Amino acid sequence: MTPAPYSPLTACLLLLVLWGVIGVAGLLRPTSLRFVGRTLFPISALCSLALAAVAVWSLGMPPERAILAVGLPDLPVHLRRDGLSSVFLFLLGAASAGISVFAAGYFRRGHGTSAGLLCLQYHLFLASMGLVMLADDAYAFMVAWETMALSSYFLVTTQHGLPEIRRAGFLYLLIAHVGAIAILLAFGVMQGGSWQFTFDAMRAARLPAPWAAAAFLLALFGFGAKAGLVPLHVWLPEAHPAAPSPVSALMSGVMLKTAVYGVLRVTFDLLGQPLWWWGVVALAVGLFTALYGVVFAAAQSDMKRLLAYSSIENIGIIFTAFGLAIVFRGVGMPMLAALALIALLYHSLNHAFMKSLLFVGTGAVLHSTGERNLGRLGGLIHRMPWVAWLTLIGALALAGLPPLNGFVSEWLLLQAFLFAHEVPRPFINMLLPMAAAVVVLAAALAAYVMVKFFGVIFLGQPREAALARAHDAGVLQRLGLVWLAAGCIALGLAPTQIINGLRGVVRQLSGADLPGQSAPWWLLEPIPGRQASYSALGFLLAVTAVVLLAILGVRLFYHQRVRRADPWDCGFARLDARMQDTAEGFGQPIRHIFGAFFLLRRELPSPSDRAPRYRVVVGDRIWERLYVPLGALVQRIADGFAWVQQGRIATYLLYSFVTLVALLALVL
Amino acid sequence: MRAIEIVTQLLELAAALAAAPLFVGWINQCRAWLQNRSAPSIWLPYRGIRKLFHKDAVIAGNASQLFRLAPYITFGAMVAAAGIIPSMGTRLPFTRIADAIALVGLLATARVFMSLAAMDVGTAFGTLGARREMMVGFLAEPALLMIIFVASLISATTALPAITEHLATQTLGLYPSLAFTAVAFTMVLLAENARIPIDNPATHLELTMIHEALLLEYSARHLALMEWAAALKLFNYACIGFALFIPWGVSTGQGGPLALLASIPVLLAKLIAAGGVLALIETVSAKLRVFRAPEFLATAFLFAVLGLLVHLLLGA
Repeated sequence: MTPAPYSPLTACLLLLVLWGVIGVAGLLRPTSLRFVGRTLFPISALCSLALAAVAVWSLGMPPERAILAVGLPDLPVHLRRDGLSSVFLFLLGAASAGISVFAAGYFRRGHGTSAGLLCLQYHLFLASMGLVMLADDAYAFMVAWETMALSSYFLVTTQHGLPEIRRAGFLYLLIAHVGAIAILLAFGVMQGGSWQFTFDAMRAARLPAPWAAAAFLLALFGFGAKAGLVPLHVWLPEAHPAAPSPVSALMSGVMLKTAVYGVLRVTFDLLGQPLWWWGVVALAVGLFTALYGVVFAAAQSDMKRLLAYSSIENIGIIFTAFGLAIVFRGVGMPMLAALALIALLYHSLNHAFMKSLLFVGTGAVLHSTGERNLGRLGGLIHRMPWVAWLTLIGALALAGLPPLNGFVSEWLLLQAFLFAHEVPRPFINMLLPMAAAVVVLAAALAAYVMVKFFGVIFLGQPREAALARAHDAGVLQRLGLVWLAAGCIALGLAPTQIINGLRGVVRQLSGADLPGQSAPWWLLEPIPGRQASYSALGFLLAVTAVVLLAILGVRLFYHQRVRRADPWDCGFARLDARMQDTAEGFGQPIRHIFGAFFLLRRELPSPSDRAPRYRVVVGDRIWERLYVPLGALVQRIADGFAWVQQGRIATYLLYSFVTLVALLALVL
Repeated sequence: MRAIEIVTQLLELAAALAAAPLFVGWINQCRAWLQNRSAPSIWLPYRGIRKLFHKDAVIAGNASQLFRLAPYITFGAMVAAAGIIPSMGTRLPFTRIADAIALVGLLATARVFMSLAAMDVGTAFGTLGARREMMVGFLAEPALLMIIFVASLISATTALPAITEHLATQTLGLYPSLAFTAVAFTMVLLAENARIPIDNPATHLELTMIHEALLLEYSARHLALMEWAAALKLFNYACIGFALFIPWGVSTGQGGPLALLASIPVLLAKLIAAGGVLALIETVSAKLRVFRAPEFLATAFLFAVLGLLVHLLLGA
């Protein structure tokens, strides 16, 4: 069965193939930055835009499928595009459009891997993510999933000359594969004895409850490893800073969402009827992840590590919404499940834009200053106004401030939480509303993190003399930043339209529709009859009007005289840049309040030190308590097995002989 | 949208703008009396603002546009917040645009811009104030949300005027859950408005201040707007408290213009009482060390959670 010629599925496939072609084209002139950067990447961005457009166009269409006879004989590739795929294809297209344009102006010589090879890996990465969202059997899914992991591994290790980057890459690859094994096992459970690995067979298999739960938990583990759920998050803060900024943006903004896609597909589509306690598990893990991520983000002093931890937080919020949706679905409140799912999908879209924007913003800073350490930045708003103001939009959105997009999804999630006390399960109905407080704590801490991030990089005085030579981003980079910032604003201002777009998908997942919108187009009122509404546009207009009136009023009634002088600083005259708060200083209240999360190592100077040194290392408790012992255990087991390797040919021949005899005994 | 709704809205905004400095003046006066000092004039905050508007603005050489924009945004956010809170009438056209959660977001926006502006010049005090302000913010926000949750669960809505209307027209006069949340709210109010025991509005001792540290680099009209915004914030918080815990006397749409007129003296009486209580709390308590703030606000959060549990268990 080939896809119909003019269907969205065909268009998507063609665009994915086109991405592949662009990638291979990069190998034609691998060292020509002009060809790869200025020609191929902009074309690729156009492909992304086209993909986003196709995804929007196909959003309301019925599912369509295709079987392509490629790959191994008797194992054709099954493809299917439905609403859920469309949403995530839109996310992929819309976010990667901005990132690719930025990347066009980003790559320079001397980045380790040559530009052409980088182009191939980058586009394979994009195409494999697209394929993950279209796959309709376990084989195709796993092949796409692995291609995605491998291509991103090579992208992470672009600067493979540095040992810490190789180490980060290895950690990433390891956890990606531990996760992939769990996903594979989940598919193995879900085929339910039919040995058919198409998703249709899995939908048809009615698994007994324990097996369904096993499949769910395996999937949660496997996709959680890719998404960065605690305690499987350790690769994220290593891999994101190691990768070039556009790649970090792509990994954080888009790749983490493929895991969200996967877990949604398995739970709500393939398994069909989730039980409510699965939701409690996901909710607990999600909440812990959110809090853990944001607390660590606040303590970081490397700007990309900070953003990586902030991604962990956002994934936590997404999984919290996921858990809430399962609980509602499991106890038979499908309409509220639909509300939680809308919050989930909305936050996924939001995060794709906000986090990509911030990552490419740090890319521009990194480019112009060569510095990733917050302690050596500062005052860049004067040197790089474009990057600074556009990044500010992303930072405010990530801080969850109205009228930008981050607020909308949090608002929707809190509205869903307001019904949690109606869940007909004792204790759970009392604990769930309190979970909302954790979400708010995480959101408020995110604001703290964003003030630190933006304030330390862009405001204040430059902490190094070299920063005076910083230059603003180039035209292509600016274009990418503007696109992503515009996405943040648009998603913030048009919630009703976006929720209408998501309606069909949510119906498919939760089995119930949100009630029709009776409010006017500019007003978001998710549950009619209940007075809970929000209008981003009205909000923006009102606040802008008041601010403009204030400015005008001051202008009309008072003079406009301004004098520039030295900073006042309580009369202290010899102010210099080292007296500002550093990133470590800004993290101090967090280290103090959330001390239990951290493994702090302090090196304090004694009063008689000749060269006093103050050092504090913030370690991850989970790494020390879980991964280091686990690594030691694996090493011990491996050492035990190493005994088998005798290094003498006679011994190996003996092994072969014994194996042969054993097999013969088995067969005969 | 009827004319009376627009009139109510404008009246509320005007009342907030005009009465906010007066409320601060009243609290200062009460505090002086309680502390056996001779009280400053109740009009002193106005004179301060007026004086500041007439001065030349002195701005640090390396301040960016953000620094000059922040006072307007902070002020604008506080005025907009005053438009959401039903201090006199519950039929407000602005109601449907922003609910209580959006109100929390609006207050957070003001806080973030103030903190960013404080970091802009790059002085030691500014950044110190910024991080302390954000710390108090993230500690207070979960407690504030729990408080709003309790009120929303009782009245099945998150729109603040609808909550007030529901609570004001209930036959059941007293909710035990609201008693707990009222305590929590008072604690949040003290912390968020830089009052004792978290911060001292009268101090300029560098190492203990939070709010004043944010404003150190501001002068003239920018400072005037910031001071006015701070007064508005206190006024807004007081009005949120009235809306949730003593909603009686607010015009709920019946009775027309007369009810609206009648609500003015009621609001005034509430403000006078609240000012006295605040001055009393500030007089009898001592300022806490900065790192005792988490305990203080965690207590507030626990009170709010108690309120929530009481509501869920007793249904009241």
